[in-house]
Amino acid sequence: MANTNLNIPALEIHDLTVAFDRKPVLWNIDLTLPQGKLVGIIGPNGAGKSTLIKSVMGLLPLSSGYIKLFDQDLETVRNKVSYVPQRNSVDWDFPVSVLDVVLMGRYAGLGLFKSIRPADKEMAMDCLRKVGMENFANRQISQLSGGQQQRTFLARSLAQQADVYFMDEPFAGVDAATEKTIIQLLQNMTQQGKTIIVVHHDLHAVTSYFDWLIMLNTRLVAHGATAEIFNRENLQHTYGGKLTLLSDVGELFKREELPNREK
Amino acid sequence: MATDFWIILTASLVSTCCAILGCYLILRRMAMIGDAISHAVLPGIVLAFLFTGSRDSVTMLIGAGAVGIFTTFLIEFFNKQAKLQADAAIGVTFTWLFAIGVVLISVFAEQVDLDQDCVLYGELAYVPLDTIQVFSFTNEIPKASVVMLVILISILLVIRLFGKQLLITSFDPAYASSIGIATTIWHYVLMSMVSATTVASFEAVGAILVVALLIVPAATAYLLTDDFSLMMKLSIAIGVLASVSGYYLAYWLDGSIAAAIAIVCGIFFSLALIFSPTQGLFKKSKKMVMH
Repeated sequence: MANTNLNIPALEIHDLTVAFDRKPVLWNIDLTLPQGKLVGIIGPNGAGKSTLIKSVMGLLPLSSGYIKLFDQDLETVRNKVSYVPQRNSVDWDFPVSVLDVVLMGRYAGLGLFKSIRPADKEMAMDCLRKVGMENFANRQISQLSGGQQQRTFLARSLAQQADVYFMDEPFAGVDAATEKTIIQLLQNMTQQGKTIIVVHHDLHAVTSYFDWLIMLNTRLVAHGATAEIFNRENLQHTYGGKLTLLSDVGELFKREELPNREK
Repeated sequence: MATDFWIILTASLVSTCCAILGCYLILRRMAMIGDAISHAVLPGIVLAFLFTGSRDSVTMLIGAGAVGIFTTFLIEFFNKQAKLQADAAIGVTFTWLFAIGVVLISVFAEQVDLDQDCVLYGELAYVPLDTIQVFSFTNEIPKASVVMLVILISILLVIRLFGKQLLITSFDPAYASSIGIATTIWHYVLMSMVSATTVASFEAVGAILVVALLIVPAATAYLLTDDFSLMMKLSIAIGVLASVSGYYLAYWLDGSIAAAIAIVCGIFFSLALIFSPTQGLFKKSKKMVMH
């Protein structure tokens, strides 16, 4: 088992470069992530955040470098790795039910010819319960709100029973209550030793959500424990030149310095 | 009458195959790829005929099926590598291949016993004329019926075994690849089935009307339900119903059977558009359905 040794990094990226039309989107990324962390990937639009996790999932051709999960190639540990695509990457008018979508998380373990077993359905229902969607199991996905769509995707990913999860903007277009439910779920999972990597679009609540950060802007600006690297200098390097964002950052620090702010 | 029976049976088999595949094509937003394949297989049909000198269905299926898959490959290539828009890539590819087919037919007119009208429009009425002996049945069975039956059984088998792969790659290809399902393979599996169906049915319904059978019943079913397996059943039911009533419409009008079937399909679609409970013009608002 690849994850029995907790000292093996969940993710190791070496010299990764990814380019579209010869324009690099990711340049010379080197990083390792320990297991059991809730990791945020932050950076401005076009910084390559989604590209980074798509590269890890083998969805994009790499220009150079290699990626290891639990010290193995993706192909050998695929059953331990789960991917949550951006919510708007699929057609939510597709004629399937919530349960159908969650059951897709069980396809991976089924093999080529087998069909869904009752045990898979129970498992899928369990995952729906974890995200508070058990009453929506037989609902068609075209009738879901944005937050419910996101929780459906999350339940599908949980149904894979993986050890490391890559989530592309799971909080985009999600209401505050759902965001809270999701972050609590993710924090519980990391306490059980799961590693969760989340592409996060904005800077709010970064310090309270993530215990580890990857700060990205085509190049890797910084990665490490949030407490150590989430500072003004790294943020300026990450968002440098984007004036509106810089003022957001200033605003953020003002708020973070207020002692009565609830964490 | 036996002739009626064979014509209706063959039309129903064609429309069932098309209705099943059409559901996947529509949900993958690939409806026009069906159109492209049905036209682009023409040079494959002519070449297979020229090389073997026979209208043996198996040779044609292989020849034209190969061209059909080549068509989807070309479309993908123009789209991904040459950065041409998907619809432009389809437009360039199939008109070009179809034109090659037309030229081949006219150049080799003496050797090729293929009629352009027949290729374009098909003729269901001739189906009972071309029969073969199957096992030791006393009566010979129309070749088109046998071929379509074999194709239908193959499609049903593929869907029975690999329905979940086809569904997941249609709904969320990125997620499918992330769990190790090869999306490209399933794309070509589907395209092979579309090619085979198109080639096998072109003699019966022609290159143009096969598109109607691929798209219209599935589109109609899509308007009527948001449940995938029900959509497929409705699509088949609409296709078969259109085949039966289309035959009698043609009989009554003394016109082309295939065209009459396509017209009935269009009528069903219009009815669904007006009366659909979820998407129709008189639908309840989506907000009301949600709560």
